[in-house]
Amino acid sequence: MTVSPRAEQTVVRIVLWTLTVITVAILVYIIAFVLRKGIPALSWDFLSKNPVDMGKGGGIFSTVVGTIALTAGAILIAAPLGIGTAIYLTEYTWEGPATRVIRFGAECLAGIPSIIFGLFGFILFVTKLKFGWSILSGSLTLAFMILPTIIRTSEEAIKSVPPVYRTVSFSLGSTKWQTVTRVVLPSALPGIMTGVILSVGRSIGETAAVIFTAGSALRLPTSLFSSSRTMSVHFYILAREGISMSNAYGTAAILIIAILGINVLTYYLMNRFIKKYS
Amino acid sequence: MSGVAIEVRGFSQYFGGVRKINALDLDVHRNEILGIIGPARSGKSTFLCALNRLNDLVRGSRHEGTIAVDGRDIYAPDVDVVELRRRLGMVFATPVPLPRSIFENVAFGARRAGVRGRARLEDIVRDSLENGGLWEEVKDRLGTSGQKLSGGQQQRLCLARILAVKPEFILLDEPTSGLDPISTMKIEESLRKLRRDYTIILVTNNTNQAARVADRTAFFLDGELVEAGLTADIFTAPGDKRTDDYLRGRFG
Repeated sequence: MTVSPRAEQTVVRIVLWTLTVITVAILVYIIAFVLRKGIPALSWDFLSKNPVDMGKGGGIFSTVVGTIALTAGAILIAAPLGIGTAIYLTEYTWEGPATRVIRFGAECLAGIPSIIFGLFGFILFVTKLKFGWSILSGSLTLAFMILPTIIRTSEEAIKSVPPVYRTVSFSLGSTKWQTVTRVVLPSALPGIMTGVILSVGRSIGETAAVIFTAGSALRLPTSLFSSSRTMSVHFYILAREGISMSNAYGTAAILIIAILGINVLTYYLMNRFIKKYS
Repeated sequence: MSGVAIEVRGFSQYFGGVRKINALDLDVHRNEILGIIGPARSGKSTFLCALNRLNDLVRGSRHEGTIAVDGRDIYAPDVDVVELRRRLGMVFATPVPLPRSIFENVAFGARRAGVRGRARLEDIVRDSLENGGLWEEVKDRLGTSGQKLSGGQQQRLCLARILAVKPEFILLDEPTSGLDPISTMKIEESLRKLRRDYTIILVTNNTNQAARVADRTAFFLDGELVEAGLTADIFTAPGDKRTDDYLRGRFG
């Protein structure tokens, strides 16, 4: 059977268009569903007050603080490590067995389920190193979890900087370090930031790795060694134990709004940055 | 003042076992424009990149022989490569402005060399752009991106950019190969002026360009120097049949 090119074109277009619509529709449905169920619970008090009675009443302030602390901790640990590794792999060493082993290791790390990271973090940080259920243990665990993403995206971003920029920089009498910091990194920054933002999103949404390592205390954390509950964990516990579905959806709505907000803000900042540097 | 500024003796360059330059002997005189002509892949660009050691950046590069600049072997272990590259500024075949403003492109090398202070940088940028023949065209828009300039302007920006580093030598690798005749003329004009203060090595695939601006000309073929001499002599009475053939367009 032969199909005319025009008919084929039409069929392909309809199929692809349908697939796109389905994808977008699912996304919109999820967001709309969570917001519709969650928004009635939202109020200033919900954001600014600590949970009362296991979360049945009160707000979610301490879990917001916990989420921010854990995520910030994870990024502060993983970003320098990951970006540093990417710089080493791309700029300071030739391609060879060693780089392949490092890259393979990072890839394997990326494929490990988060609950395994949680278990590993529990054994190493919580019990062995005696950090206990704490923001420190949770941040370290999350950092290991997001490290492969940051390495991978940073490496791609650095590789996409035109090699001639480096040659020009060297020919003008830059040292290697000056070339990396003044020429390579500014050009690669949008790509690197994309990886970091992806990681922020993953950290905020992560539940399994965090519940084992940061615990689920509802008190406002006071130090790196305080146990703390994140919004995702709070949502999980509220829903799992049937404590309060309306507060669970309220928490979910805040989570979604926060992640959307971070994405929008990042794109805005990135566009401004790109305009400035090109 | 004259005299030998660069002395190349028995210099060979290899990339991963492949020889690109073979046992080269060549002198570059102070304050001359030395033109280097020859067909593609004759080792002209490789030679330039040996002078400022950009070949070091290529994996598996290796050399034999010596290159002495002002009597000092530039491949000696105690040589500061960063300092060497500041002394031998290079303009590439394709103009590559860095993704930043015109001002910052020109100030780039000076900043890396540790020049600080807005006023000093402004002076350097202005002088360099004037000597590069671009000042009049860009003086009102130094803040716009260097990549928004036309091809010819970009190449003069690249020339100005190395002048800001205050080099002693200017190495040009087919600097006008992608440019229109008017832009080419402007670059050649700048080179004639710069000749007073700098020693210039001009690699060109356009033999007429060598005839127009070079004091002496060297002819490269298959990684070897066929002959070098006063431009007038090379073009009117070449000593080697291969030079004659090349200039008459029989190959290359």
